[in-house]
Amino acid sequence: MGESIVITSGKGGVGKTTTTANIGTALALLGQKVCLIDTDIGLRNLDVVLGLENRIIFNLIDVIEGRCKLQSALVKDKRFDCLHLLPAAQTSDKNEVTPKAISKLVDELKPDYDYILIDCPAGIEQGYKNAVAGADKAIVISTPEKSSVRDADRIIGLLEQEGLEFAPYLVINRIRKHMMDSGDMLTVDEIVSTLSIELLGIILDDEDVIRASHHGEPVAFQPNTKASISYRNIARRILGESVPLMSFDNDEGIMTKVKKLLGMK
Amino acid sequence: MSESSHFITMKGTNNGIVVYLDDQCSFNSLLKELEEKLQINQASGKTEITLHSQNRYLNEDQRHAIENTIDQYSELTVKSIDSYVITRDEAYDIYENTTVKTVMKTIRSGQIHEVKGDALVIGDVNPGGTVIATGNIFVLGKLRGIAHAGFDGDEGCVVAASYMHPNQIRIASKISRAPDYDVEGSPREFAFVNQSTEQIELEQLQHIQKIRPKLLDVFERGL
Ligand SMILES: Nc1ncnc2c1ncn2[C@@H]1O[C@H](COP(=O)(O)OP(=O)(O)OP(=O)(O)O)[C@@H](O)[C@H]1O
Ligand SMILES: [Mg+2]
Repeated sequence: MGESIVITSGKGGVGKTTTTANIGTALALLGQKVCLIDTDIGLRNLDVVLGLENRIIFNLIDVIEGRCKLQSALVKDKRFDCLHLLPAAQTSDKNEVTPKAISKLVDELKPDYDYILIDCPAGIEQGYKNAVAGADKAIVISTPEKSSVRDADRIIGLLEQEGLEFAPYLVINRIRKHMMDSGDMLTVDEIVSTLSIELLGIILDDEDVIRASHHGEPVAFQPNTKASISYRNIARRILGESVPLMSFDNDEGIMTKVKKLLGMK
Repeated sequence: MSESSHFITMKGTNNGIVVYLDDQCSFNSLLKELEEKLQINQASGKTEITLHSQNRYLNEDQRHAIENTIDQYSELTVKSIDSYVITRDEAYDIYENTTVKTVMKTIRSGQIHEVKGDALVIGDVNPGGTVIATGNIFVLGKLRGIAHAGFDGDEGCVVAASYMHPNQIRIASKISRAPDYDVEGSPREFAFVNQSTEQIELEQLQHIQKIRPKLLDVFERGL
């Protein structure tokens, strides 16, 4: 029986969709059966980030309104057999979906997958309520900006009222080391101390992430960039491994370090 | 009228003159005797008295009737009206307003935690979170949101926190907010209304006894 995890943030544009795609990819890399659900009705993105836009035939609304079977709406990933996407509808509006419908759908998927990741729309209205309804666990995304942390805090408060079995987990996205050091952004410690939930991982603000999304190939798929390692570490932590946080103390990749050790330039 | 003369008795005490009102006779006879007594005695000079209604519950109208009578026929002023009895509602109100309400959680952005009486928060109050209490507010954690003590108007209330770094502190109708520039918070402080400056001030927690010696005397409040 699979586990469903909603990825949410309150504030828009902090990286929910990017994180969903990458954690999903990283879990699939680790051999897990994963289904991603895009609940951002009207503003679907997850398919684009995964490079699956052209393969969509049916969507979530079609399933809910009985126009097709759940199986036929699922889009298979190009890279992994074990990674599937249930895309959002682009045309309908989100008020056609109810929390009940989503939670029924998730329950239907659970027996066939290890993990079901639900990409939540921004905000705290209907769309958020729909996304959260089917979730066993929650991952809250925040950037190191004050407004983002405020909204994450608000969402955590709301999630606590949902009465999920587990406290939400935190992912801090788009970290800029030099701005944290110069006091122009909140530090990881400050954010964790304010939100007081377990930190699942931290991701640098990284052009690789944007580039990869642009090409429809999540960065987590790449072998050894900082960002891909961060996402894969998150996936390993979700699987219960204890993986220490990556240090950002230098901006060198592993290869540079090895080359230095060998006296190469 | 002599049979009614013991409806009203007077006693001098440490707290001045206390006038005891009989609690067995009808309210009308009580009022009538009061009127007659005042007319006969024509007590001169502005003396303060305390009325005591003993086991009779006086409602708002009755209190007014008594006060008006005294006003009309004498120069006495009524300091207060005591009684051995209160209504259940009043008793419940006093209970509510004089007990400590404890929660063990983080008050997060957008959440409002509102209590009657004193609020004890075991956890942080995050920026954008609000605690409201008719009494004092004690935060065993970081206060970084808004705290409003003495919500019903009691300026004697305080806001104390293990770590004080609030968006805003309000006590009764007074408001003080954090400055516009970045400030560090400070450990173990409390906020109170300074009676002479009429402003909210912060002070280290160890001075709380000196500044609010009667803080825990809950019956000073709400009565
Ligand atoms: N770690 C990162 N480094 C650099 N850019 C990033 C990172 N994470 C996300 N982005 C970029 O930020 C933008 C917003 O990301 P994304 O669409 O995932 O956010 P979202 O929270 O899903 O937004 P919405 O609230 O609109 O659904 C995208 O352009 C994405 O490429
Ligand atoms: Mg999105």
